[in-house]
Amino acid sequence: MLYFSKLRILFITFFSVLFILIASSNLFKFDDNYFDKKINLGLDLQGGSYLLLEIDNEPVIEQKLQNLTTTIRNYFKEKNIKINNIKIDNQNIFFNVIDKDKQSVLDVFQDEDSDLNPYYPRFKSHQLEIEDTGLNLKVNFSRQGLIKLKTSSQDQAIEIVRRRVDEVGTNEPNILKRGNNRILVELPGLDDPMRIKSLLGKTANLTFRFVTNDENDRFGVEKLKFENGLEEATVSKRIIISGENLLDAQPRMDTQANQTIVSFSLDRVGAKRFGKATSTGIGKQLAIVLDGKIISAPVVRDTIASGSGQISGGFTFQTATDLALLLRSGALPAPLEIIEERTVGPDLGQDSINAGMIALAIGFMLVIIFMFLKYKIFGLITNVTLIVNLFILLGILTLFEATLTLPGIAGIILTVGMAVDANVLIFERIKEELKDETNNILAFDGGYTKSRTAILDANITTLLAAIILFFMGSGPVKGFAVTLGVGIFTTLFSVYFIARLFTSIYVSRNKDKEKLI
Amino acid sequence: MIAFNKYYNHFNLLSSILIIVSLLLLIFKGLNFGIDFKGGTLIELRASDSKINVSSLRDRFNQMDLGDVSVKKFGNDTDFLVKFENKDNKKNVIEEIKTNLDKSFGNNYDFRRVENVGPKVSAELLKSGVIAISLSLALMLIYIWIRFEWQFSLGAILALFHDVIVTLGVFSLFSLEINLSIIAAVLTIVGYSMNDTVVIFDRVRENLRKYSDIKIFELTNISINETLSRTIITSATTLLALLAIYFFGGEILKGFSLAMILGVVFGTYSSIYIANTVLVRLSVSQKTVLREDDQK
Repeated sequence: MLYFSKLRILFITFFSVLFILIASSNLFKFDDNYFDKKINLGLDLQGGSYLLLEIDNEPVIEQKLQNLTTTIRNYFKEKNIKINNIKIDNQNIFFNVIDKDKQSVLDVFQDEDSDLNPYYPRFKSHQLEIEDTGLNLKVNFSRQGLIKLKTSSQDQAIEIVRRRVDEVGTNEPNILKRGNNRILVELPGLDDPMRIKSLLGKTANLTFRFVTNDENDRFGVEKLKFENGLEEATVSKRIIISGENLLDAQPRMDTQANQTIVSFSLDRVGAKRFGKATSTGIGKQLAIVLDGKIISAPVVRDTIASGSGQISGGFTFQTATDLALLLRSGALPAPLEIIEERTVGPDLGQDSINAGMIALAIGFMLVIIFMFLKYKIFGLITNVTLIVNLFILLGILTLFEATLTLPGIAGIILTVGMAVDANVLIFERIKEELKDETNNILAFDGGYTKSRTAILDANITTLLAAIILFFMGSGPVKGFAVTLGVGIFTTLFSVYFIARLFTSIYVSRNKDKEKLI
Repeated sequence: MIAFNKYYNHFNLLSSILIIVSLLLLIFKGLNFGIDFKGGTLIELRASDSKINVSSLRDRFNQMDLGDVSVKKFGNDTDFLVKFENKDNKKNVIEEIKTNLDKSFGNNYDFRRVENVGPKVSAELLKSGVIAISLSLALMLIYIWIRFEWQFSLGAILALFHDVIVTLGVFSLFSLEINLSIIAAVLTIVGYSMNDTVVIFDRVRENLRKYSDIKIFELTNISINETLSRTIITSATTLLALLAIYFFGGEILKGFSLAMILGVVFGTYSSIYIANTVLVRLSVSQKTVLREDDQK
C-alpha cells in the first residue's frame, strides 16, 4: 500500500511540525502568554538539594499515652470508677479496677459512640484497643489509631517544614509526603543546604519555666543543660508560656548591651500568664528552654505586662535570625531525621548537561553516518525520521513538563541507537522479499507487513522494562524510564507514519529500479 | 551462510563456564555496592590547588575519624571522589569536614556533589532494586509465554539470566560499583536482550511453519543467518550510541554505559548461542508450533 491519503499526510505533517515547535520552545524565548511549558531539569542537572526526612513518632506516641493516662483517670472518676496503678510500659497503658467495674470499663472502650475512644467506621476500628490480661487491663493504639496519629503528625510537620523553607526563601521548593512518616524536600538551585538542614533538624520546642531549688516542686523538676553544655540548672516542669503563645519573633540589636537578641510578642493568653508569672516571680530565674536545652535564664526584675519580651543568649546575628525564624514557624510535632541527602552543585549540573549534549550529538552523528553508509537513500530517510523522532520526543517531554535528568539524557541517546531497529527490521525484510519478488511495490509492502510482529514484540519488551523502572526507580532513574518509555511510542509513530510516507514516495517513483535497497 | 550451529556445543560449554564463574564471583567476592545500597557518604570534590591530591586528601580525611575512607581521582586531575561509611550516621559530618579542610586547603576546593544515604534508605533501595529486576524477569517470562510456546520462553529466560548474571559477574570481577543507575542499566539490558531474542525466535517460528522437513538444528541456523544483518546493524547503532555516552557523557554515566555495553554484547551473543540452543536441545519441531496454533 503506497497510497497515503491527503488527510493522512496532512495529519503527519501537522503533528510533526507541532512537536518540533513545542520542542524548540525550550531553546527560544516565546511569549509566555502563548506557551509557557518547558522541560524541567532534574536536580542533578540544574543543581540543588534533595532531602528525605523521617518523622520520629516515638515521642509523639509517648506524649499521647501520657496525656491519655490523665484523660482515662478523669473520665472514670466522673463515673465513680477508681483507676489504680496506672502506668505506661512499652507503648502500653496498664491499670487496675475492682472486678465489678471491669465490664463497664471494657464497655466504654468498645462502645462505638464512645467519646473516650473514637471509632473509625470506615476502617471498622477504634483508636485504642483494650485487653484484659487477667492481672490488669492493657490499653494501646490500634493499627488504625497509629496510622491516624502518624498521618496527623506528618500533616503538621509538612506544614512547619514548608513554613521554614519558605522563610529561607529558596526558589520553587518542592515539599511532598512520602508514606505516612516521611517528607521529601527538593530545593532546586541550592548548593549549600547546610542552613536549611540545621533549621529542619530542630524541633523548636520553646518553653519558659522557672529555675527552682525545691526538689519537691508540685509539678516535678528536671535537670537541664545550658546550650554551651557546661552548666546545669534544675528547672520546674511547670510551663509558664510555650512557643504556641508567640505571635511574632524578630532578631534585634540591643544597642545598650551591644548584643543581638530575639524579641518576641505574645498572644493574649500568653501575655496574661507571662505578666502574672513575672509579677509573682520577681527575683527568680526564668529559664528559656529550647528543645531540652536552656538558652538563658535571666533573673526577673520587673513585671512584664506588655506581652512582649526578649531572649538573649550570646547570639550572633545569624543564630538570632534562625532562632526567630524557628519560633515564628512553630514547633514540629516530632523530631525529624534527614535519612537521605543528595546535593549537586550548579557547576556540576551544567557540566553534566554539556557532557550529555555532547554525547547526544556524537551518538546521533555516529548513528546517522552509519545508517547513511549502510542504506544510502533509505538511510537518509531513516535519519530524517530519527531527527523528527527526537523532536517529537522532546516535544512530548515539554508538553507534559517532564523532568529531564542525566540518566534521562542517556535514555534519549539510547533511544536514538535503538530507534533505527524498527526501520532496519523493515528494510532487511524488504531486501529478503526482493530476492524472490521482482515487483518492488509488492516486496516493499511485504517487508512492512511481515516485520510487524517482530517490531511490536521488540518494543513491548523494552516498554515493560521501562514501566517497571518508572514505578520502582527513584529520582534520576525515573527520568531514564520516562525518556525510554516515551521514546518507544515516538519511534513507532515516526517509523510507521513518517518513514513509511517517505519510503512510499521513493518506492512509487522507483517502481522498476533494480536493487531497490 | 555462516554455520553458527557448528559451535552450539562449544559455546554452550563456554556459557556454562561463564555463568558458573560469575555465580562463584558473586557468592565469594560479592558486588561492590555503592552508597546507594550500602549507606554512607559520598563527596565529589574539585580542587583549584595542585597541593590537593589523592594522598594529601587521604591524610586529611584519615585524621577526621570517619572510619574507612576511600579517596579516588574522578575523571580528571582536579576532581576527586571521597567515600566513607558514616557508621554513626553523624548529622553534621559535611560541615565538620568543610571546617577541617578549610584549615589545610583554604578555599581552594569546592564540593560539587554530596550524597548521604542512611542505612534504612539504602536497605530499602537495595530491596526495591532486587524486586525491580525480579519483576522484570517475571514479566518478560509471562509476555513471552503468552506470545510463544513454552520451549521458546525457557530459551529466552535462560538467555536473560545469562546476560544479567554474566554482566554482574564482570562488575564483581573488576570491583565496579553497583549503584542505582546500574539497576536501570540491568533492566534495560533485560529489555534489549529480550528484544534481540524475540526477533530471532519470530523468524524461527515462521520458518518452522514454512518448512516441515528441516531439522531444528539447521532451521535455527537459517533463522539466525536471515536476521543476522539486522542483529549486527542494531547492535552496532546501539553500541555507537552507548560508546558516545561512555566517552563523552561524563564520569557519572560511565558505570551505567559500561553495564549497557556489556549487556548489549552478551545479549546479542546469548540470543544466538543460548536461546536457540535451548530450542535444539528440546527438539522443537513443526508440531510444537502447529499444536499451539490448533489450540488458539
